[in-house]
Order: sequence, then structure tokens, then C-alpha cells
Amino acid sequence: MAIGKDRTRRNWLLSAPALILLTLAAAGPLLIMVVYSFLSPGQYGNVQWIFSLEGWRSILFTEDIFEPGKYTLADAHLTILMRSLKLSLLTTLITALVGFPTAWFIATKPPKTRVLWLFLITIPFWTNLLIRTFAINEVIRNEGLLNSFLLWAGLITEPLRIIYTDTAVFIGMAYVYLPFMVLPIFAAIDRFDMRLLEAGFDLYASRLQVLRRVILPIVKPGIIAGSILVFTPSIGAYVIPRILGGGKNLMVGNLIDLQFGQGRNWPLGAALGMTLLVIVMIALAVYTRVTNRENDRG
Amino acid sequence: MPNKIAVEARNAVKVFGQGDTSHSALNDVSISIKQGEFFTLLGPSGCGKTTLLRLIAGFETPTSGQILLDGADITALPPNKRAVNTVFQSYALFPHLTVAQNVGFGLQMQGRPKAEVKATTAEMLALVKLDAMADRKISQLSGGQQQRVALARALAPKPKVLLLDEPLSALDAKLRKDMQIELKRLQHETGITFIFVTHDQEEALTMSDRIAVMSAGNILQIGAPRDIYVKPANRFVASFIGETNFLPGTTAPGGVRLDCGATVAVDGSFMPGKVTLAVRPEQVRVQGAGTAGAIPAIITNWVYFGTDTHCYLVLSDGSPVVARLQSPAMGEAGLEIGASVGVTFAPGAAQVLKD
Ligand SMILES: Nc1ncnc2c1ncn2[C@@H]1O[C@H](COP(=O)(O)OP(=O)(O)OP(=O)(O)O)[C@@H](O)[C@H]1O
Ligand SMILES: [Mg+2]
Repeated sequence: MAIGKDRTRRNWLLSAPALILLTLAAAGPLLIMVVYSFLSPGQYGNVQWIFSLEGWRSILFTEDIFEPGKYTLADAHLTILMRSLKLSLLTTLITALVGFPTAWFIATKPPKTRVLWLFLITIPFWTNLLIRTFAINEVIRNEGLLNSFLLWAGLITEPLRIIYTDTAVFIGMAYVYLPFMVLPIFAAIDRFDMRLLEAGFDLYASRLQVLRRVILPIVKPGIIAGSILVFTPSIGAYVIPRILGGGKNLMVGNLIDLQFGQGRNWPLGAALGMTLLVIVMIALAVYTRVTNRENDRG
Repeated sequence: MPNKIAVEARNAVKVFGQGDTSHSALNDVSISIKQGEFFTLLGPSGCGKTTLLRLIAGFETPTSGQILLDGADITALPPNKRAVNTVFQSYALFPHLTVAQNVGFGLQMQGRPKAEVKATTAEMLALVKLDAMADRKISQLSGGQQQRVALARALAPKPKVLLLDEPLSALDAKLRKDMQIELKRLQHETGITFIFVTHDQEEALTMSDRIAVMSAGNILQIGAPRDIYVKPANRFVASFIGETNFLPGTTAPGGVRLDCGATVAVDGSFMPGKVTLAVRPEQVRVQGAGTAGAIPAIITNWVYFGTDTHCYLVLSDGSPVVARLQSPAMGEAGLEIGASVGVTFAPGAAQVLKD
């Protein structure tokens, strides 16, 4: 008993540095955000230390300018929240659909060529996100590479209007976040024992059944990890919607930026930030719950 | 048991790779395996045992030739359409499923009703004595238990043929012996045709109804264990199964004249010329020097093995001979290293072999 207690205390002591760092780096800023979201906005940004629920209320409701006390639904905020959710879910889905076959392709190559393919996958990381996003802009804008080519090939007569639409933001995010999906799935497939495929076929499973009943359940941790790595930055994306959405198709990240900047409404910004955090946590909880249940059904 | 043929390979050839790097793993193999038979493929590493098994399972397609199951040509069928199951050497159990789910997998994929899956799974687990572990994960089992799950999983869909690729090679000696008996019992109870791969000749001899001895992509001999042991078709088979003394000689009237000068009587007819005589060590008798008809020899060494003692001798031309004697007999004769003795062979024991 005494030894057990000693050991427990020693373990706590040993992990203390990590715990302190985590508290300061993660919990600290979070706490500041929580506190700020319950304060009143200052005249020139910053906050006044007066308790207020206004920040949280303005996420969904706007006060009428002419009739104080009358609140209407904040359509603009709702649209932005829904767009963020929709685009990040779509991004997660498409990167998973594209990323899984890509990862499978790489993982089943002989070791030598595999290194090359992994290297190619990581090349985009070598360039700054801003530059990559402008590169996409260059491809999809009205006079960009894509439209010039399609016009030249005679496939279209009018340039396709992609730039400054949700589609543009979606394309940008899918492109930028795809490696975050491919790499964890690759790691999972790399550990997958390919002999299980033959066992599956031997036991009368069709190709689809082998995929659904053998491969997917086993590489699922990789898919979950990839989904988290893609969904989380997607829903909080800032640079990509800013450049490819053209200031019209905002996402939550841009809205938060607006509140801390021109909007001078830090409490609302803080409350929006917290909302984003809650959405991410709920989404992850639901996602892992659902995927686990699927597995248990076996 | 009716002598219906369960599996047949007709002129099966398998060549891996192309051009200069091509390698022939099976050369024109034809084989018929009867229903309910315990059939063993025996041969050294790389001789094509696994390849032949994979052709039957459907994981490989033959370069030429046919595979038949119950008389029907299944050469073009994928593995999931063949009523054949495999016990893999690595077991290849599904790590994300429980023991029961593993065993029920094949039945589920066949679309059997839930109740039937459940009942058959329970029946199979009882058969391999794992009822108590139905809900465990595979990682919580010992090697021997995993082996049983692999067996139950492959037997559950009641295949026409069960393929076993060195299923016991990962087990220690004691467990291996137990599983050999277990396998025989399972085969007896289920009546399913077993095709068993091993490179352990003792395992092949004790378990099989018939054995096919393979070498370098060819089948050298097919027969009952006793036939193969007593009448090996050639030198390779004789040396691969059990120990054998090979004595060079030439044909002479009524037998073979060994290079040491003695003549040994041999039954049957054979091509005249240079031959090799094969004699199993337990057929060699050691007697006093000068015994009538005995071949003079000198004892060079002997090794005590418990019930047996191996006596190493050399003939006058330098050919080594091993005799396996019962230990008491050895002691009574008072045979010592360096002693001059006479060697005789049991009647009919000496075989003339093609090289
Ligand atoms: N997929 C393959 N590609 C190329 N060559 C192969 C392949 N599979 C087997 N071979 C070759 O075919 C020959 C027979 O292989 P096989 O696996 O059938 O041998 P085996 O008798 O099962 O040997 P072991 O006892 O070692 O398992 C070997 O020389 C092997 O190198
Ligand atoms: Mg093999």
C-alpha cells in the first residue's frame, strides 16, 4: 500500500512539468477566452470589466438599432456557422474518399517507391499556406489556368465562375488538408496484415465485404485520426476562405477575426471562438461514438 | 468410404515472373485426392507445396492445367466461390473480432441465417474445446488456442476440402504432438478431406492416409506412408523419408555386387549397370565376424538413444553404414568401437534405386 502511494506521488511529480505546460499553454488562453466572452466590449476594442451576456446572445440574435430591446435572429452569423460546418464536413468526407485509395496505393507499393510517393505527398508542406492558396486562386480564377484551358479546348464558352464561391473554398481546403488524411491512413494500412485479405476471400467474402468487414474496421483508427486532423483545422479555417471566398463567403474563422478587428466586439469574438470549440468537440464525440458502434455490431 | 475424387489437379503448371526472371514453381503436377482422405504434401522448402495449395484455394491461377473440385472445373473461380477453406500458417485471424466472430465469419459471408451462424459457431467452438473463450479477443489467446480458432473458423462453413499449410510449425514440440492427434480426431469427426502441408517427414508418416513427396516443383511419389517408407521410388524419396544407407554397386546375377566385393540378393528386376542399394538402418544386423554370408565391417562409433542404439560402421571399400539396434541387443553382443563384425540385411530389405 505504502509503496503504491509513493509511486503514485512520484508519477504525479514526474508528469508535473508537462501538466504545468499544458495548463499554461492550453487551459490558460482558453480560460481568458471564457472570461472575455462574459464581459462587455470596450469602445476601441478590448473589454470592459462589466459582466454581460451580450457576447453570447449576439451569436444568434441582433438587437434592432431603432428599437432597443427588440431582437431578431442573426441570419448572417447562422449562415456563416452553417457554411463552416457544411464545408468542413464536406472537406473531411472528400479527403477521406480520396485519401483512403491514395494511402492504400502507397502502402501496397514496394518500400523503395513507397518513400518516393510519401515524399510527393508531403511536398506541399514545403510551401507557405498563403502561397499555396494563391496558387489555387491562380488556377481557378476566371482568367486562370483551368478556365483558359477549358475555353481553349472549346469545352465551355463562358469562364466557369468558381473563384469567390463556396466551391472555391471547398476545393482549397480539400487540397490543403488532403495530406493530413493520407498520412494517418497510410500509417494504419502499413500496419495492416495483408494476409487477412486472403483469409477474408477464403471465407467467402466478396471484395466489398472484405473492404467493409476486414479492412475498414482495422484501419479505422487511421481514418478517425485523419478525420480529426482535417475537420478541426477546416472548420476554423481562416486564410483559405479569406482568399478564395473573396470576403463574401466567410467562415467562422473570418467572423472571429472580424470581431477582434474592425467589429471591435471582443466578447462576441470570444463567444464565437468558444462556440467553434464546442462544435468541434460535439462533432468528434458523435463521430467516434458512431464509428465505434459500427465496429461493435461486427 | 466411397473412392470418390474430391480434388484433382490436372497437369498444373505454375510459373512465377516473366522472361529471364521467370521461375517454375510447379512443373506439370497431376494429383487426385479422394474424398475424406488425409492427404499430405511433403517436401523440402521451396519445392512448391504452398503453391499447389494456393492453386487449390484459388489465390493463384495456374499458368496452365486445371483444378477440379468434386469433378467440376474450378480453375477460373475466385477463392470466395470455392467450397474450400484454408488454415493459414500465420493463422491470419481477424484481430478486430472475437473468437466467436472469427469462427462465424465464413458462415456470415455465405449469408446463412443468424440462428444457424450462432449454432454452428457454438458447435465448432465445442469441437475445438474453446467454448469458454468465445468472447475473447484474439490477442488474449495463446498460440495453441489461436491455432484452434483458425481450425474452427476454417471448418465452420463445412468446406468440401480443408487446406492446412504447415499449421503446426509455430507450436512447440509437446503442443505439436497434441495437435497432431487433435487434427486426426477432427478429420475423423467431420469427414472432411484434409490436404496437409508439412516438411516434417515424421508428421507426414504418422498422420496421413496418403503422402505426395515433392521436390523442385515435381511430385516424385504418391502412396500410403508405409509404401513410401518401404518402397521409396527413388533416392530423393528414400533420403527424405527416414534415414537410409546408400551403398554403391553394380548389378550381378541374382542381386547386386557392392563395391566392397560382397553380393547382396535383391528381389525384382532392374536395369543392369551401376546402381545404388538402399537399406534402412533398422534392417541392418550386426553379427560376429565371419558369420556366413555377412559383409565384413568395422564399428567406428555408436550412439545411445534410449531404446535404440545407433551403430556406425564402415565397409572395406570405405562406405559408411548405420545400423539401428535395440539397446539390449547391443549390450549383449558386447560390441566395441574398432571391433571387426559382419553385417547382414533383413530379407527383402535391400532396395535398388534409380538415382
Ligand atoms: N509470389 C511468388 N513470386 C515468385 N516466386 C514465388 C512466389 N511464390 C512462390 N515462389 C517461388 O516458388 C517456389 C515454390 O514456393 P512455395 O512457397 O510453393 O514453396 P514451399 O514448398 O511451400 O516451401 P516452404 O516449405 O518453404 O513453405 C519457391 O522457389 C518460391 O521462391
Ligand atoms: Mg510453404
